[in-house]
Amino acid sequence: MREGAVRKHVTRTIMYLFLIIASLISVFPLYWSFISAFNNTQQILGGWMLPSTHLFENLQHLFEQHNVMRALKNSFATTILQTLIALAVSSIAGYGFEIYHDKAKDTVMAILMLAMMVPFVAVLVPLFQMFTKAKLINTWAAFILPSIATPFLIMYFRNSARSFPRDTLEAARIDGLNEFQIFVRMFIPMMKPTYASAATITFMNAWNAYLWPKVVMQTNEAITMPMLVANTMGGYVIDYGVVMAAVTICSLPTVIIFFCLQKSFTNAVAGAVK
Amino acid sequence: MTNTASAQKKKKRLSMHQKQSLAGWAFLTPATLLIFIMSFYPMFSALLTSFKRGKPTALVWSDPLWRNYQFMLKDKVFIQSVTNTLTYLIIQVPIMLILAVIFASLLNNRDLKFRGLFRTCIFLPCATGLVAYSMIFRTLFTYDGMVNNVLIKLGVLSEAINWLNDPIYAKAVIIIGLVWRWTGYNMVFYLSAMQSIDYSIYEAARIDGANSVQQLMRITIPLLRPIILVTAIMSTNGTLQLFDESVNLTRGGPGNMTITMSHYIYNTMFTKNPNFGYAAAMSFVILVMVAVLAAVQMKVGDKR
Repeated sequence: MREGAVRKHVTRTIMYLFLIIASLISVFPLYWSFISAFNNTQQILGGWMLPSTHLFENLQHLFEQHNVMRALKNSFATTILQTLIALAVSSIAGYGFEIYHDKAKDTVMAILMLAMMVPFVAVLVPLFQMFTKAKLINTWAAFILPSIATPFLIMYFRNSARSFPRDTLEAARIDGLNEFQIFVRMFIPMMKPTYASAATITFMNAWNAYLWPKVVMQTNEAITMPMLVANTMGGYVIDYGVVMAAVTICSLPTVIIFFCLQKSFTNAVAGAVK
Repeated sequence: MTNTASAQKKKKRLSMHQKQSLAGWAFLTPATLLIFIMSFYPMFSALLTSFKRGKPTALVWSDPLWRNYQFMLKDKVFIQSVTNTLTYLIIQVPIMLILAVIFASLLNNRDLKFRGLFRTCIFLPCATGLVAYSMIFRTLFTYDGMVNNVLIKLGVLSEAINWLNDPIYAKAVIIIGLVWRWTGYNMVFYLSAMQSIDYSIYEAARIDGANSVQQLMRITIPLLRPIILVTAIMSTNGTLQLFDESVNLTRGGPGNMTITMSHYIYNTMFTKNPNFGYAAAMSFVILVMVAVLAAVQMKVGDKR
């Protein structure tokens, strides 16, 4: 009996130790990049674990060498635009597929789901050709157009439309609302949590997008924050304080969303397969 | 009388039903069209382009048609990129998924203190952008960087390891980065699926004397099998398309020893002499690999 109790105690201790170490490893790189924004190259490479006094200097160099404001403007504009339009287009489609479903629509839906298995890189060459031909290179439209309608979002909203009560629908019809009005005035307000989840994950993905923006946002005027971060490591002498300041600025919006809307974000991640 | 009335009513209802069905079509058409224009059409277009050669502005059918595919077999960089990508896939995905299952089952224990805190910490890497974390890891593992300095100070290493300039260590750094970034992400899927497992099963198992390993192997993993399959397919899909880490963390180096397929495709598209036909052919290989591996996983996942 006592031996069993001791063993249980040991197992528990090991479990907690394991989780604590895993948590520390998970948090460390992000914590370290934040504090490194306050440090100079020597401190960063030497493994200084606390913030020092070089933040202002790092930011000054970063803003001198790179047009951070322009990249931030591009990133925020494209990301917010993409989030709003993607939510509108994909949610009404998901709603349409579920509420009015019949054999034909279910078939179309099944075909759209196949697009989930198409790797983005497999359509990269033709998409680039298409956008070049349409003279959309270096425009916000090029950034957002391929990611407005995603099978993931459509499926997400289709699943949530399943819980939209039929009684509400019928009552709204009797009240004389047309189908579009029902969607706007009944469905959207009722599904706010779903929209919040979809918005968080779309924002995060758009903010961090790299391959496609790197392909279509080619001039210095058009680059977004992740590209600017990548550029900070160019050149022969790397100022790691500047790199970490850029990394921190780029991470701030997504980290803030993570902490403020963690529940929404978690639901969106896991909601993909429900 | 009543007959005609009901027939009329039926007719009216039918037309109303048709109206509604039409509204449905109107709602789903924009998204459907976009997916066809941005995904399906380019996919077939890529297949056609993969049979062409020449400058991007003057593509012509190649002779023989499969020339680009033939060339791949002789292209050492391409073969290296396939080897690298598959190496990441085979090592990283299992480690990550196993860790994610272990974390999820530990955090599903209701007697555990600080569950929320642990979960937030392990999930936090998902808040970091792929370029941002690539930069962080590049800085951490650079030759005179923190990892070497700390390991030498602690006496673990006698001399610095040139992490990013060694073919094996550089691959290891990418794998460490990937596991760090995505384990918590997959854990969230499992935790969410575990919520639908009746917790009393675990309590009953505990009373019957099953230890935590037995609970994991006999209850959790069998019940999670469908979701493990989904995460395996998603991770495979993601790893085959790996780009940001290769470009920013190791820059494909040393000497293409860590370059991924997507990175090489990008390089083929944006050099002095871009070759769109060849890039399209290579990207089509990724498409086939994704499809084949997904089919294999589904078959294996269903049988077990």
